[in-house]
Amino acid sequence: MELTDAELIAAVLQGDPASFEPLVVKYQPRVFATARRYARRESEVEDIVQEVFIKAFQKLAGFRGEAPFEHWLMRLAVRTCYDFLRAHQRSREKAFSELSQPETEWLDKYVVEPDAADEHAEAARQLIQRILSRLSPSARLVITMLEIEERPVKEIAEMTGWSVPLVKVRAFRARAEMRKILAKITKEKYM
Amino acid sequence: MKPSDLQTKLINAARRAPPPDQVPYAFEKRIMARLAGLSPANQWALWGRPLWRAALSCVAITLLCGVWSLASAPKAENSDSFAQAFEHAVFASSDQHLEELW
Repeated sequence: MELTDAELIAAVLQGDPASFEPLVVKYQPRVFATARRYARRESEVEDIVQEVFIKAFQKLAGFRGEAPFEHWLMRLAVRTCYDFLRAHQRSREKAFSELSQPETEWLDKYVVEPDAADEHAEAARQLIQRILSRLSPSARLVITMLEIEERPVKEIAEMTGWSVPLVKVRAFRARAEMRKILAKITKEKYM
Repeated sequence: MKPSDLQTKLINAARRAPPPDQVPYAFEKRIMARLAGLSPANQWALWGRPLWRAALSCVAITLLCGVWSLASAPKAENSDSFAQAFEHAVFASSDQHLEELW
């Protein structure tokens, strides 16, 4: 019989660390998917996921069980990803001269005929990743959660620990920051 | 070309390609190996240890003070002389006051 999350957590807190393994197995795909939104290298993704589960284990006594364990864990994952972004802030990509050939071709196509540029194209995905990597940590987090994952502002506030007005302000600034980067690309390449 | 249109297009591209949720083989074993030396922190336990140490130190200091005060107190030879000394101490100020009046 499969034990529930609450039973597994109780077992861990009573001194059976092995009971934490089924929780890791169950939730690691979601944590990996979240970490891959913020880190590009697979080694960085693995480090983030590992840190999330270590923090979860160490803070398990603080889990009150008011919300599902998954929500608590994902909140921890988002905050760990934000810490990762802040720690790697200096290594953000700086120059757009490094656009790959497919990215440049996709942009050229978009400039000539915007509707013809395919949203499914790998080049478009690479380009958005490149632009996201240039954003400040808070802007990247809020654009990812609000625009790409399409989460409600209230949920973002709960997950990040920010207030609802702060999320709105940061979303406004993040959109402006992103538009500025896009304007810079188009100005550098086409004007 | 508006940057806002390009922004919408690129965000749509990102929405259509959610990141994979694949997990490296036996990744949970790696995490469990890292957790081997750790224990889930209990907030009460974190406070409990220093508080117990502080409490034991306080008891030890109290006992030492008690022993020291007993050892250093002048020994009363008998109960009468102690009672007289106590009476002198209590009435010392009033005696002095009476002497001044006379």
